[in-house]
Amino acid sequence: MIAYVLKRAGFSLFVLWGAVTVVFIALRIVPADPALLILGVDATPDQLAALRERLGLDRPLILQYFSYLQGAVTLDFGDSYRLQRDAMGLVMERLPATGQLALAAVIFAVVVGLALGLVAALRVNTFLDRTISVVSLAFQSLPSFWIGLVLVLVFARALHLLPSGGTGSLAHLVLPALTLSLPFLAILARLTRSGILEVINEGYIQTARSKGFSERVVLFPHAIRNALIPIVTVVGLQFGQVLGGAVIIETVFAWPGVGRVLVESINYRDYNVVQACVVVIAAIFIVINLIVDVTYGFLDPRIRLGARR
Amino acid sequence: MSDHPLPTRWLRLPRLAPARDGGTRRLVVCLVIVIAYALLAIFGPVVTGYNPITTYVQDRLLPPGSLLSNGSVALLGTDQVGRDILGQVFMGARVSMVAGIATLLLAGLIGITVGLLAGYFGGILDSILMRIADIQLAFPSILLAILIAAILGPSFFNLILVLAIANWVVFARVTRSQVLALKNREYVDAARTLGARNLYLIVRTIFPGCVAPLLVVATVEIGHVIVAEASLSFLGLGTPASLPSWGLTISDGRDYLIDAWWISTFPGIALALLVLTLGVLGDTIRDRLDPKLRSL
Amino acid sequence: MTEADPLLAIDDLTVEFSTHAGQVAAVRGVSLHVDAGETVALLGESGSGKSVTVQTIMGLLPKTTSRVASGQVSYRGTDLLALPTRRLREFCGPEIAMVFQDPLSSLNPVMRVGYQLSEPLWRGAGASRKAARARAIELMQLVGIPDAARRIDDYPHQFSGGMRQRVMIAMALSRNPSLLIADEPTTALDVTVQAQIMSLLGDLRRELGMAMLLISHDLGVVADVADRVYVMYAGAIVEEGTTREVYDHPGHPYTEGLLASIPGESSGAQRLASIPGSPPVPGTLGDGCSFAPRCRYATEFTRAHEPELRSPAGWVPTHRVACHRAEEVLADVRA
Repeated sequence: MIAYVLKRAGFSLFVLWGAVTVVFIALRIVPADPALLILGVDATPDQLAALRERLGLDRPLILQYFSYLQGAVTLDFGDSYRLQRDAMGLVMERLPATGQLALAAVIFAVVVGLALGLVAALRVNTFLDRTISVVSLAFQSLPSFWIGLVLVLVFARALHLLPSGGTGSLAHLVLPALTLSLPFLAILARLTRSGILEVINEGYIQTARSKGFSERVVLFPHAIRNALIPIVTVVGLQFGQVLGGAVIIETVFAWPGVGRVLVESINYRDYNVVQACVVVIAAIFIVINLIVDVTYGFLDPRIRLGARR
Repeated sequence: MSDHPLPTRWLRLPRLAPARDGGTRRLVVCLVIVIAYALLAIFGPVVTGYNPITTYVQDRLLPPGSLLSNGSVALLGTDQVGRDILGQVFMGARVSMVAGIATLLLAGLIGITVGLLAGYFGGILDSILMRIADIQLAFPSILLAILIAAILGPSFFNLILVLAIANWVVFARVTRSQVLALKNREYVDAARTLGARNLYLIVRTIFPGCVAPLLVVATVEIGHVIVAEASLSFLGLGTPASLPSWGLTISDGRDYLIDAWWISTFPGIALALLVLTLGVLGDTIRDRLDPKLRSL
Repeated sequence: MTEADPLLAIDDLTVEFSTHAGQVAAVRGVSLHVDAGETVALLGESGSGKSVTVQTIMGLLPKTTSRVASGQVSYRGTDLLALPTRRLREFCGPEIAMVFQDPLSSLNPVMRVGYQLSEPLWRGAGASRKAARARAIELMQLVGIPDAARRIDDYPHQFSGGMRQRVMIAMALSRNPSLLIADEPTTALDVTVQAQIMSLLGDLRRELGMAMLLISHDLGVVADVADRVYVMYAGAIVEEGTTREVYDHPGHPYTEGLLASIPGESSGAQRLASIPGSPPVPGTLGDGCSFAPRCRYATEFTRAHEPELRSPAGWVPTHRVACHRAEEVLADVRA
């Protein structure tokens, strides 16, 4: 098990390095002169040169890369040009808000998604099952910003039940978290359903029944523990969509998280903050995937223990 | 999923029989809808004569069905500068579908090439290519798209490029695993012993075997791509303001949700319906060709 | 008739499945019984309905696509078919145990063997976890798994095929069942391992005094262990009797064919005989004898009239055959 965890951790580190590098490359291939973009067309050549020097843009690319890496390791991505403060500090300040949103969304999605998938599997081919399947497909396909707007239209504007944006109370969290959770929920429901249906016909389920266990015991733990394995792998991948979705949802609902900072900074060409945001989000995603990998190894002994003794 | 032994003892719910025709009716309905969209995308803007630049301030924010100052009826209302929403919906259809297809072609081209090379030649090439893919997968695709779009700036071409870069990996992976499965089959060996060279082997013998799963992937991906394009445009990072993508129109209408709900709603419905149809289409095709690809 | 009531009695059982082609009978009017302590073999090819018969006993058939059209299954006098599924399972759990064909897919891959062994004890019989675990180790030793105390915490994939089947048997024995049903227990195993497992089952039978119902397609495998034999074909019993009787004096052409196809049974270096043709698809049977298409004794009459189980003239009444021309078959074999 230890060997497996170390291997996955090493891989994650490699991917993290790659992600950081990609961000560096992306922001250096800006076709326009960043200094010009920041200062505008009225700037004098001296001002431009000074800014370029400040931003370190006049040095060779490779040196820029190394100092960038150095900074990345110490979580120093430079200062936000717009707000004149540490970029990473800004991102870290906004991180809890995004975390709140994502956590609420994920918990809701997992609880409801698994439950719905279970119900659909137990009532396969009934009207209830078909409804759940269609609704899941809908939430999986529809753009999250649209769902968010519809929810705002219905619950905030029409019914005046919930606020349409901002933070402050639990009520403010409901709509954005719900919107963010829906695609994830849908995928979980479908996967759980198909996972259980596949497992329920396996031989060991018949064995469990022949031992005299009730259907409830046959499900928990016998079927579920096997059905969860493929579900967990996909959950890791989907979490990335949740994070990406958070960027959009935060814009729709004016939620003061990292996603919103990212979009704002893009519009203001505040590249240091953009860098910091992207790296943070990617890092979180990588860590989540590592946790998922380890959980997967924990759930499936065939993976972590290998072949027969 | 034929017989399965769980009892329905709690509620006597009716059991629906699985579609006898393998979902053909569903398939046909979906295709009809998609073709309808395509036709509207091609001919719609011609009919409405949409012009993004001119504004008709006297006609602004009119509800659906209103009479315009030039005598015509705005079936879906007008926006904040008096432009017809119906025209924007048609143009949006054009933008979305062209963007979707172009992205798919480009992403497919990149992905399939990478997949073929990595799968066929293996070794270091495979390792490097797959590591690149893994690193790319470390980014949620929307995030990557946002990052690149931010750099390159809003233009239609950039949009296609961005979406293609964000989405080529799944094509590469599917192609690669198919190639690995087919690489050592007898019919490939047979062609090899007859003296076929690598390129021939790859293109003429192995690639045809990849087409079925790739088709499934394509139908699934096109929906995602269209949504991604709309999301980017919604954030202001997609199509330029002169090209009214659905996402852009929806974004424009955000500030008027109470007073002029129609600006955001109609393009939204059009987008939702198309994506939903593509989703069902993708599912149906996948079920017919290979139910094992469920996890995509 | 024996004085004591049989442990398990199946009476004229007919089980139907709903398929695209309509209602199909996989089991047609099957009657058999197992007395306490005896070993009975149910022989037949795949598709003969033997597994379905046995699955019906414990209510393991899918409710949605199958139904018992007629007949009775009783255990120690209790009508099993009348019990609702939950009660049926609770009732059967401590009394009847099953061992399935493929030990790899019959064991839960994500649970330790010890857990699976002890679960029936602490979940079903109310034992403490510790006691259950100790018993599990005992059971593993009983079935001949070396180093049981250590291997109890292993997972199924860490055992070899033969060992896994021993684990399955150990699991089946955990609640001291009165009846062990083994559905093709050795089919998925190597020939050498087969012998070991059959020998183990024979030993256990003697030591524990439990009854056994062995399902197999291989006469050679069950010959040493079984007291009585039922031969099934196309969903019905075609021959029944003591092992000795059926092996020495087969009365049904199918049984005759099965015996002839055992390597080593025929004297001298003869070619391995096989029965021409293949078993009928359930639901495609006509009015006549189901074996007629493959039978060298078939006539117009036998093709039109389904034979009933009867004891041919001059035979022991417990040896019964469903064949119009049983006497001739018997005469041929003797010759």
